[in-house]
Amino acid sequence: MKPRVELLALFLGAALLMLTAGAGPCFAQIDINIHTVTGPMESHIGDVTGHSEVGRQYYRRFCIGCHGPDGDGEGENAKWFDTTMGFAKPRDFTTAVFECRSTPTGTLPTDQDLFNAMTRGFVTTNMPQWRPLIPQERADLVAFIKTFSRKWETQKPGTPITIPPETPINIESILRGRELFSSLQCWKCHGPEGKGNGPAAATLTDDKGNPIRPYNFSIGDRFKCGTSNEDLYRIFMTGLDGSPMPSFADLIQPNQAWDLVHFLRTLQPMATPEAAEWKTYASAHGKEIKPIGAEPPGGN
Amino acid sequence: MFECVLLVSKAKKPIPVRGIFAVLALLAGALLAAVPPAAALPGSHMKVRAIPAFARKYGLPCSACHTAWPELNNFGTVFRDNGYQLMNDRDSPIWQNPSYFPITMRMTPNWHLENTTNQQVDSVPGGATGTLVSKTVQVNGFDLSGMDLWTAGTLYKNISFSLLPSSDNTGAFHFENAFVRFDNLGHSTWFNLKVGKFELDNWISEKRFLFLSNNGGLYQTYHFAPLGDINGVGIGDNQLGVELAGHSANSYTRYSVSLLSDNDGNVGLPSNRGYSVFMAFSQAFNGGSQGLQRIGAYALVGQQPTYFMTSSTVPIPGEGIGNKPYYRVGFNGDFFLFHSKLEILPLYMHGYDNVYLGIGEPSNAPLLSYAQCTAPGVCRAPEWNGGFVEAHYYYSPQLVMIGRYELIRMSQQALSTNPGNQSNIDAYSIGYRWYPIMFSRAGLAFHNEYSITKSIGIVPLSGDGVGLPPLAANGKVWSGSLLIGFDFDF
Repeated sequence: MKPRVELLALFLGAALLMLTAGAGPCFAQIDINIHTVTGPMESHIGDVTGHSEVGRQYYRRFCIGCHGPDGDGEGENAKWFDTTMGFAKPRDFTTAVFECRSTPTGTLPTDQDLFNAMTRGFVTTNMPQWRPLIPQERADLVAFIKTFSRKWETQKPGTPITIPPETPINIESILRGRELFSSLQCWKCHGPEGKGNGPAAATLTDDKGNPIRPYNFSIGDRFKCGTSNEDLYRIFMTGLDGSPMPSFADLIQPNQAWDLVHFLRTLQPMATPEAAEWKTYASAHGKEIKPIGAEPPGGN
Repeated sequence: MFECVLLVSKAKKPIPVRGIFAVLALLAGALLAAVPPAAALPGSHMKVRAIPAFARKYGLPCSACHTAWPELNNFGTVFRDNGYQLMNDRDSPIWQNPSYFPITMRMTPNWHLENTTNQQVDSVPGGATGTLVSKTVQVNGFDLSGMDLWTAGTLYKNISFSLLPSSDNTGAFHFENAFVRFDNLGHSTWFNLKVGKFELDNWISEKRFLFLSNNGGLYQTYHFAPLGDINGVGIGDNQLGVELAGHSANSYTRYSVSLLSDNDGNVGLPSNRGYSVFMAFSQAFNGGSQGLQRIGAYALVGQQPTYFMTSSTVPIPGEGIGNKPYYRVGFNGDFFLFHSKLEILPLYMHGYDNVYLGIGEPSNAPLLSYAQCTAPGVCRAPEWNGGFVEAHYYYSPQLVMIGRYELIRMSQQALSTNPGNQSNIDAYSIGYRWYPIMFSRAGLAFHNEYSITKSIGIVPLSGDGVGLPPLAANGKVWSGSLLIGFDFDF
């Protein structure tokens, strides 16, 4: 059969009609007209250069549902994120405040920081790991999310902090870290056993006033900003801007930060060298270990 | 009368927009006026899948997991490979609101036209004594697709499931898939075990593709059997068995090995006790600014009975014997260009059936004992080559243009006396899908497609026409479908 000309014409006519009449967002219940505030941006991830003009299409495809057309974290799904179940609200890109950085508190993150955050996602939230996107696509997205804030035009990213070599893992370091965990009052949010259930946990909010939960060390091997000891060190020293987790860079020395890292590793469920050290010590000195958060007699 | 509402997220009140449905009504009216009325319609294939229940669970728009739903992009592939999990320690049902129920419904009200040439038709309509002549049969009208009622998700962290009762367009249900999957065994993404009825790990999935019409809504290559062949196995059919599969963290590298009951997915063990094996492997590469590039290979090796044990001459179900081998083997690709806006999907397959399967005779007698095998070498194992090239252009997440060319060529006929081109197929499809809504609660697509196939000496795989081959052994049958419909799921 030869294709009937009239059918083909009808088909193409229908296509033309639909294209001209409404290929735009006529029916859309979300605003797909993205509103940015800066000119085109670039990102530089190793050898890869990201372009915001390209990243726009990926943002619309992957990100707009949560982060919204204005990048303010008010996407159509944001209101359904149940913070009582521990789901954090989407990041507001218009403030250019980011939790996971290699740069000091109060500074902009590097492109690589944003790329890494996008790649690993955020455990216990709805922010997935975007590793399935190729590096070029992620770099394009990094460039694009910078177009939501003028800070990227007026400020430069901070200089990444220097992470000194890790101190030896031994029980002395773990015990010092345990003491710091107590004296710095980390337990008030994270709980004496690191389960995220400290006495202040229920009162915490992020910088937009949304309830936020402290990290529960007992559930897995991923932190919000990585998995390694270096990642954990970085979290102490840079803080998680926008959340109640402060930077301790002005309060503790690098070797003390490593002590804290070594102690916190003992709270996790995995078989780590730190956990092995602690298990050996605890079996021999169990009765001598004072509970974290216990008030001393007399209230001192 | 017709009115659609535009709810812009930042707008304070709905903005009424008139006219779109009116245009559609005019279009439908024009179509009705342009084509003649018709009689019965064959069932549409329309087996494609998408799960807005997952979008509702995770708050991601359809476009996050689908290039254009229902086709998965690599993010969606990773999600599926992980057992419908985002792997953020919030996948177990315990983290969901108890009222959440992961169920999806899908259907496609449509208008379609089927036109098939060279059909055996009585010379006098209704006349019992008339002679058969070749004529064109055309039907058209408003119709429904079948319906999917799909639930899938996680039973627990790293235990996932899928249950898909699916009906034809009369409402007769069957289980299109039903499986439980144990994910990330040994804390490794390389070991996942699935048991039940499931789609074979075809990288170019027929269950998730973008064509819906009778002639375009299937890959000919996935279901082809030469004229007279009794092997009904198609790699496009969901199969019963167990699958071991694995993947890298980003699913760039994927493999699967499946052990399948050789019943072509039919429940109740109707055929035989034989088993087949399906294997697939694919590797993706970072294509820079072009997008992700993937190549893969697959093979299905099995056996099918050539006759049954009988009781008083009645075949005993499941007691198929005289098993003879067959295989399907090939490679495929998935290439993106221009920042992932253009997708090219090529596939090649070589098919082989044992000679007894090819001629449709029991294997408990020598070939020369059959009348059609008139001399040594007349009856042979049929072999063929098939494949297609499919292209998608994603103008935006809400508009995709689609096209495909497919062909099948017999390289060896089961009977050397048959015309060399008998059973050959050429198939062409073109169309587009427009998604007027794109969010995380439901999906709607305006689907417009024209597909046409040319098959030689056989009944079109679409099922269009009268169900008989053309009168001449090498007669060409052109079978065309025009489909306009609204494909929705919730």
